[in-house]
Amino acid sequence: MSYVVEMLNIRKEFPGIVANDNITLTLKKGEIHALLGENGAGKSTLMGVLFGMYQPEQGVVKVHGKEVHITNPNVANRLGIGMVHQHFKLVDNFTVTENIILGSEPLKGMVLDIDKAAKRIEELSKYYGLNVDPHAKIEEISVGMQQRVEILKMLYRNADVLILDEPTAVLTPVEIEELMKIMRNLINEGKSIIIITHKLKEIKAVADRCTVIRRGKGIGTVNVAEASEASLAEMMVGRHVSFKVDKKESTPLEVVLKIDSLSVKNNRKVMGLKDFSLEVRAGEIVGIAGVEGNGQTELIEAITGLRKAESGSIQIDGNEISSLPVRERLEKGMSHIPEDRHKRGLVLDYTLQENMVLQIYNKKPFSKNGILNKKAMKTYTQNILTNFDVRSGEGAVSIARTLSGGNQQKAIIGRELELDPKLLICVQPTRGLDVGSIEYIHKRIVEHRDKGNAVLLVSLELDEILQLSDRIAIVNNGELVGVVNAAETNENEVGLMMAGVAKEKSL
Amino acid sequence: MRHTIVSIISILLGLVAGGILMLFIGSNPIEGYSYLLQGALKNLERIGNTFATATPLIFTGLSVAFAFRTGLFNIGASGQMLIGGLMASAVGLTYDFSRPVLLALMILVGMLGGALWAFVPGLLKAKFNVHEVVSTIMMNWIAYWTVYYVIPGYFKGEFLETESKKLSESATLRTPWLTDMFQGSYINLGLFLGVIAVIIVAFIIDKTTLGYELKAVGFNRFAAEYAGMKVNRNIILSMLISGGLAGLGGVVLYTGNASSIQIGILPAQGYDGIAVALLGANNPIGVFFAAVLFGILYSGTGFMNAMTEIPPELANTIIAIIIYFAATSVLIERSLNKLKKKSSNRKEKSGPVVEKGDS
Repeated sequence: MSYVVEMLNIRKEFPGIVANDNITLTLKKGEIHALLGENGAGKSTLMGVLFGMYQPEQGVVKVHGKEVHITNPNVANRLGIGMVHQHFKLVDNFTVTENIILGSEPLKGMVLDIDKAAKRIEELSKYYGLNVDPHAKIEEISVGMQQRVEILKMLYRNADVLILDEPTAVLTPVEIEELMKIMRNLINEGKSIIIITHKLKEIKAVADRCTVIRRGKGIGTVNVAEASEASLAEMMVGRHVSFKVDKKESTPLEVVLKIDSLSVKNNRKVMGLKDFSLEVRAGEIVGIAGVEGNGQTELIEAITGLRKAESGSIQIDGNEISSLPVRERLEKGMSHIPEDRHKRGLVLDYTLQENMVLQIYNKKPFSKNGILNKKAMKTYTQNILTNFDVRSGEGAVSIARTLSGGNQQKAIIGRELELDPKLLICVQPTRGLDVGSIEYIHKRIVEHRDKGNAVLLVSLELDEILQLSDRIAIVNNGELVGVVNAAETNENEVGLMMAGVAKEKSL
Repeated sequence: MRHTIVSIISILLGLVAGGILMLFIGSNPIEGYSYLLQGALKNLERIGNTFATATPLIFTGLSVAFAFRTGLFNIGASGQMLIGGLMASAVGLTYDFSRPVLLALMILVGMLGGALWAFVPGLLKAKFNVHEVVSTIMMNWIAYWTVYYVIPGYFKGEFLETESKKLSESATLRTPWLTDMFQGSYINLGLFLGVIAVIIVAFIIDKTTLGYELKAVGFNRFAAEYAGMKVNRNIILSMLISGGLAGLGGVVLYTGNASSIQIGILPAQGYDGIAVALLGANNPIGVFFAAVLFGILYSGTGFMNAMTEIPPELANTIIAIIIYFAATSVLIERSLNKLKKKSSNRKEKSGPVVEKGDS
């Protein structure tokens, strides 16, 4: 069996830590190879070595059986290795074609030959079933489409080996399906793919083999067909992981959050949420299911006070809050894990201890008469960091920006749960987390419910909604399609309702 | 620490570049610099004048740095100084209170004047999202023409139409013991006000909930909003404080260093404040030292010009070059990193651990 890429016994150290320790990964021609590991296990570093961003201390990289030294990404490109980064590297106001040719522009005499490039891109796009319009501007196309542009960029440069770094993190379920189709097309045409991920379901669905690394060490490579999700998870985390959220029957008590015919405008100044009503009781988790952009953001921002409600009422414990400023709403016992941790959740240039008191810095013991008490902030933060296993370089005084995305998310969740809110609003609480962390976060959310608090959960992951929620409210196009009991429904029914098909008898 | 090193390297590079320029015009740079230093620090009087020159820069530097730290770019320090100076002068020329009361009142109205002048851009930003760079520059010119009208109209000087009456000795920040101590220098109480301002601003920024809030709004207004902070109120508050500091700079300039106010001049110290803040890395202590450095360069340049062929504009040139280096501090940091890597063992030739974003 010949391998396209062989990475043998790779070791890569950074000051203070060994990011990769004796890891071996081999890629067969025409296979999809998953690279699986927890947040911070060293997946990106290993791929960085292959893509020429880092030089390994030990180990050999072979391409087509020949030993190579990949000193920078250009060398990698020449060897036919292309990488689609998690954060796309595209110029927003350029067209697809302009982005793809950037750096290797075709010339006709002295002038740019855009038409020729556009034609070739169109052919490639058709050939691999990518369906990309070469003349569209990046800012006008969806995230999923942008990702395809990145893939096209690699194909345009004749890459045979494609590295996809967490490609599904930014995609909606439908887009994920389409991406998988594209990946299969690509291998049918003789390409080989390495996909970095920690989503087991996707590995099972699309990958041929899977290499697992844990805390920088290679654990092994398995044939995906012979492995189960559970066994993969165990390899990755190093212990048994339960996928089923362990929870008792809910015992709903009094109504905590009551939303009545709420209408909210979206960013385009049209109604993004229309006449929406919902109750969340103490001791229950209500999930909001829906395809992204169907009113979830408008709903959450209206409840938390970040967006003005046009009409309707929002009550907490019977008190109208729809015209209160944000802080007063928080003081009513509301807490919010925001959708976008970089935009809302953290002040990235602040230290962790400054971020952990973002809502309560003006309360004792963190300040007195307007003077901050940094010692109290630190103790408080260290407690959260330990409880939620937030890994950072310098503990409480690390700058938030320096943490990996997963650890940033854990810190935010820790901060919000530590406030012990009566109403917890979680938006995509486990976005970007590995199964071990997801298990823990889910456990904490259920615990929070069991203490007699109300939880409103918004997630684009249908699994998460189905597992965590006691009741599920389905939104489509800004309207409530229906509310179902989680115990009495299934993926198909909710999926249909997400598409706008109302249930005959909704609860 | 890192900022300090970068600033010092910028200064050294600026001085070296200035030396090269001196060579080009056929002068001896060592001689030139030695006269420059002598001019600034040769005797107590010159030292006093150097500090006095630095004092308005301390205030405008603090003003710009404070706004910067909270995410605002206050280019209007000049106008805020003018109004602060105008109001303080007006009080000093009109009332005849006992000296402590009069001075306290002048300082207070000067600060309020600057704050008022910055309040307008703050309000425009908070309410209508008007960019403060545009509105503060416009306010500069409104201040310029206000002074142009008010001084000849109400406080005309005895000999000249273009400047105000002179403040009486007791209505200025100059004080005999300080003047005597520095052998007749025009150093004045403003320096003490400057030092106090440095301490207070440092305290507000680092130790108080107010500073915490203002910085949070500056770094990420969406997160601040999410956490329940009043973003708009903080923008206005930050502009008020920044303007108040610049207003004090005006008080010091027009009722301390000078004792009258001219029309038709937008004080350069307002714009120099941006350079001072940049070189001082927006840190109050850094601002203080940067202002003193500028004071040395400005006040030594006359003596250098008298003793050599070097034109006085060289001081401005050196400052400009220092600012270029400070503004491109990324380059300096990068070369520092390279040096570090070379000197430590080859193992550590990699950059940051793992470049991670959302994962």
